[in-house]
Parts: sequence; structure tokens; C-alpha cells
Amino acid sequence: MKKEKFNIIKDSCIPLPLENVDTDQIVPARFLKATTREGFGENLFRDWRFDEQGNKIESFVLNDPTYSGQILVAGKNFGSGSSREHAAWAIADYGFRVVVSSFFADIHKNNELNNFVLPVVVTEEFLKELFDSIYANPRTEVIVNLPEQTITNTATGKSETFEINAYKKHCLMNGLDDIDFLLSNKDKIESWEAQR
Amino acid sequence: MNTLFDKIWDSHIVHKVEDGPTQLYIDRLYCHEVTSPQAFDDLRSRGIKCLRPDRIYCMPDHNIPTKNQDKPIEEPVSRKQVETLTRNAHEFGLTHFGMKHPKNGIIHVVGPELGLTLPGMTIVCGDSHTSTHGAMGAVAFGIGTSEVGMVLASQCILQQKPKSMRINVEGELGKGVTAKDVALYIISKMTTSGATGYFVEYAGSAIRSMSMESRLTLCNLSIEMGARGGMVAPDEITFEYIKGREYAPQGEEWDKAVAYWKTLPSSEDAVFDKEITFQASDIEPRVTYGTNPGMGIGISEAVPAVETQPEAGQASYLKSLEYMGFSAGEKLEGHPIDYVFIGSCTNGRIEDFRAFAEIVKGNKKAENVTAWIVPGSWGVFRQIEEEGLAAIFAEAGFELREPGCSACLAMNEDKIPAGKYAVSTSNRNFEGRQGQGARTILASPYVAAAAAITGKITDPRKFL
Repeated sequence: MKKEKFNIIKDSCIPLPLENVDTDQIVPARFLKATTREGFGENLFRDWRFDEQGNKIESFVLNDPTYSGQILVAGKNFGSGSSREHAAWAIADYGFRVVVSSFFADIHKNNELNNFVLPVVVTEEFLKELFDSIYANPRTEVIVNLPEQTITNTATGKSETFEINAYKKHCLMNGLDDIDFLLSNKDKIESWEAQR
Repeated sequence: MNTLFDKIWDSHIVHKVEDGPTQLYIDRLYCHEVTSPQAFDDLRSRGIKCLRPDRIYCMPDHNIPTKNQDKPIEEPVSRKQVETLTRNAHEFGLTHFGMKHPKNGIIHVVGPELGLTLPGMTIVCGDSHTSTHGAMGAVAFGIGTSEVGMVLASQCILQQKPKSMRINVEGELGKGVTAKDVALYIISKMTTSGATGYFVEYAGSAIRSMSMESRLTLCNLSIEMGARGGMVAPDEITFEYIKGREYAPQGEEWDKAVAYWKTLPSSEDAVFDKEITFQASDIEPRVTYGTNPGMGIGISEAVPAVETQPEAGQASYLKSLEYMGFSAGEKLEGHPIDYVFIGSCTNGRIEDFRAFAEIVKGNKKAENVTAWIVPGSWGVFRQIEEEGLAAIFAEAGFELREPGCSACLAMNEDKIPAGKYAVSTSNRNFEGRQGQGARTILASPYVAAAAAITGKITDPRKFL
């Protein structure tokens, strides 16, 4: 999996106004059998995108050419349920760099961050207005500025700040991962074990 | 800090990253075949080994068939994933209980059963139901595959400390009301995101009097209200359960361990970020009607009206009812069903099969029902046979299968067909969870048993 450094992203959005989108919908269990991280994008939202015969379900937003972009905008409590990181791999592999919602499930949020997809938590009001802007004009762009920790709806000019811990922000902006960091603390691990 | 959670968390802090997460030492990492292969690749690509291989236990559970486990897995992709775990465990020098191994089973059933899970431990696994182990008085939570890689490499994980919540259940549970009903009740009140960001301690008289296995069921479902984990303070019931188990401390070590475990419960003056109390007497046997575990009702109640839902959630609510083929205002009692599944890390322990047997004994499986009876481990399987439950099941027309996750998430052949109704003792009723188009009704082993013999959703209390 490539670790694409994160800075500022300006793009249009794909709206998914459903609440409680669980990781079984993001990628169904029968597609979890791979032993690598590649290729999960084709199974993103598999059972909402394709029927049992494998035909596209035209009404689903990912199949609607009206909408495109690297920003997924979803209803409250996105990514609930299973801890499967395959859900984050599918989102990243499909081409999303940002997921915007008013609320994320914990494990999935970490999984996105560990795969250089930025989960941006906004207020309910901002989210509702953003859905309205996108439906009014599908080309509506959003600017996600990680260094400044801001998100802006360019249609309305409204902007909000979002939370991310300084460590994870540093990792995202510099393409670093946690294993390197943890192993650089090996002396601390060993001294903790010794004093136990 | 003075909560059960704080005592364990604080004693495992290796390092606090400035403006960032905590580096937490992990006592036990469990690995299964689905969420570990890419993590082992991460180590291989760096040319590193596991820092503490003796703290890591591997077993396949998600993919394995529940029939003919003595033969190779037929489905090639599943077989490859299971074989990959075998190979990785061998290459990295980790303990591995492979398919058909007498200690194999669902990780969250096997860990407590063997005494691998103990009070005071920090435990992680690439599986959201790792919260189960919290019932033993441990800090246990599910993680993603990248995080599995972190623990394989460093025996540590980076985590933000969650907020604390205590959920009290006071009073005595009514007849036929189990830990599963308590959990489904709490989740319906909390919603599926109501405890996100929190680590929950369950307390109160109803919890104190619960058996160890009931507490495991309760904590298992913590993630279904979004909680990072759930836990119960260790007490005599915990110690009694652990004593003599294969990996539990013995002799002098046992006495030392118990003395330490007794220091763990939250102090009298412990303060939680949030505290909620429920009354046991308000809880009846429950069923779910929708496509998340928070969409549940008492068995005598009706599906809530759309107007009871917040406006932003009404579209999702209607989509959910349409998927299930239920309407608002409808009562589910008496609704015909097609499948019954008893098993999973939620209700796959011996106590659950005893409960199932209590109702099916002397009755016959309904003709319109296909039932899958799947023990959580080979240990449970053997106990079912030794206690004579297998004979009761056979007599009533039920077939005992071999252990694994099975129809809980349908990664093996045990899939519920599209449109069919399954009363299931598992943990998730998400769309397609038990098979594409399958309609899941979550319930306790009692409710599952009553449905299995009547062929419809039935209040189990009339059989008790």
C-alpha cells in the first residue's frame, strides 16, 4: 500500500447520506479472504453497487456519473461494526483520500488513518449543508487543509476546524507509519518489561 | 486513577507520545486468519521478527467449515487463508491451534476457556469482538490489521485513552432473561454509536450475580453500541472460573495472582465520565427487527413507528425495515422463520447450549426450520457430548456441527439464503451479514430454541 503524503486536498464529493454505514456494507465478509492489501476497491460497497448477478445497480451513488471526487461524504456513525481494515483498504483503493461525516466508529477511524485516508469529523449542521450543496451542484468542491485542520465548503464559504492528534497529523503529512516509531522505542519497551 | 480500567491501562503505559497517543504494552495478542496475513507481510518486508512470540496465540476460526474438518477445506481461497496463518505462525515461532486441533475454536471462546485470558491483562486481536475478554477483568479491544502488525513487531500499540463509562444493571433478571437480552436492551437504549469513544465497565447487582459465561456474552456485545471495550470487575465468580484452567497460574503463583486481581476493582469513590443505570426488571426476552443491533424490542413489543426516529435517520430506518420485510407497528411474535443459528463468540459456550437444550428437550425441531448448532470450540463440543446434550439435540432432530464462526458472518459454507429469516444467537444483523440478502433476527439461545421448535418467533418463557 502506498503511503501518499497528505497536505491539502481540493475536490468534489460523493454523497452517501445514510447513517450507521457498517463495515459489512463497506466490504462484505465474503471478500475478506485475500492475503494482500490490493484490489479491495472493486468490492467497495459491493452489495449496494452490484446485484447478485453482478450487474450495476444504477441508482447507487458510486454508479452515478453525476458524482465524482476523492471525498466521500457520509451520514452519522460511519464505519460501525467489524474491525476489518479491509474496509479502509477498499476506500483507499477506490480512490478516496478523505471521508467526511459527523461521527465515526473508533476502530474504523484508526484504520483509515493508518491507511492515509483522512476521516474528518464535522458538525451535523455542516454535514447537512454540505449534502444540500452537493445535491444543488454536484461539482461543489470541498477544501480539506490538514496543516490548518480546516474543512471548507466552497459553495457556501463555510469552514470548520477538525480534530486530529499531533502525532498522527505528523505521520500523515510525512508518510510515516507506526511500526517504525514503536521500534525506535525498543529500549523503553525493554525497560518497562524489566520493571514489571 | 481509580477505576478498574485506569488501573490496568496506567500500569501498561510504556511511553506517552507528546500531543499524541499512548504506547501501551500488550500482554496477549490473538491472531486469526482473516486480519493477520497483511500484518505478517509488514514484518517480512522489513525483515523483522516478533518481539515477544510467547505472548501471541494464533488460531483459524472465521473461514473454517463446520463439517468434515478432518478433510482439507474445499473452497480454495479460504483454504489459502487458513494455510497462510499456519505458515506465518510457524515462520514467526508462534503458538498455533490449527483446524481440528483439540484446542481450536473461536478465539474469544478459546482464550477464556484455556485460561489464556486473565484479569489485569491488556489483550488485543484483529476482531471487534475482542471486547469479550473484558468480562474477565481485562482491558481487551479490537484493532485493525496495521495495528496487529504493530503488536507483532513491538508487543505495543499506540492508542488514545478512551473516556470511561459505567453501566449499572440493578435487580434480578426475570425468568428466561439472559445476558444476551440485557446486552440487546442496553444497546437499544444507547444506540449503536452511544458508547463510541468510551470504555465501559458493567456493574450493579444483576451483573455481579451473572455467571462468568454470561458476562462474556455481555462484554462481547459492547462494540455493538460503539464502545471500545467492556469489562466486569473480577470477583470470586471470575476466580472460580479460571482456577485449574490449563494456562492459568498454579500453586503459589495462583495465590499471588488472586491477591493482585483483588486490587483491580474500581474504588468506591471512582468517577466515570458517564454513568447510566438500568433496572433488570424492565428487561424481557428480546429480538431485533432491523439491520443493526440497536434496532431491538422486547418480544411482546411492536416495531417502533418511523416518527420515533430522528429525522436524519428516517431514510436509513425505512431502508432497514424494507430489507427485513417488516413494517412499523408490527409485532414479531408469531412471525414464521426459516433458519436458527446457535453459536458464535457471543453465544457459543456451554451455558448457551445448556439453555438451548433446556427448551428443545422432549420437543421436535419444526419442519420448516433449518437449524445449525455450532459450538464455539472443540472444548465446548466435547462438553456438549459429555453432558448428554448432543443426545438431546439428536433426539429433537438437531445436528451438532463442528466449531467455528460459521453463519455469524458466513465466510464458510454456512450462509443463510436471500430473503430467509434466521433467528440467530450471533452479534450482528447487518444487511448481508449471514449471507447476501439474509434477514437476521438476533436473540438469546432460549428465543432461538423456542423458534426452532415452533418454526416462528416465540416467547421462550412458556417453555421454562
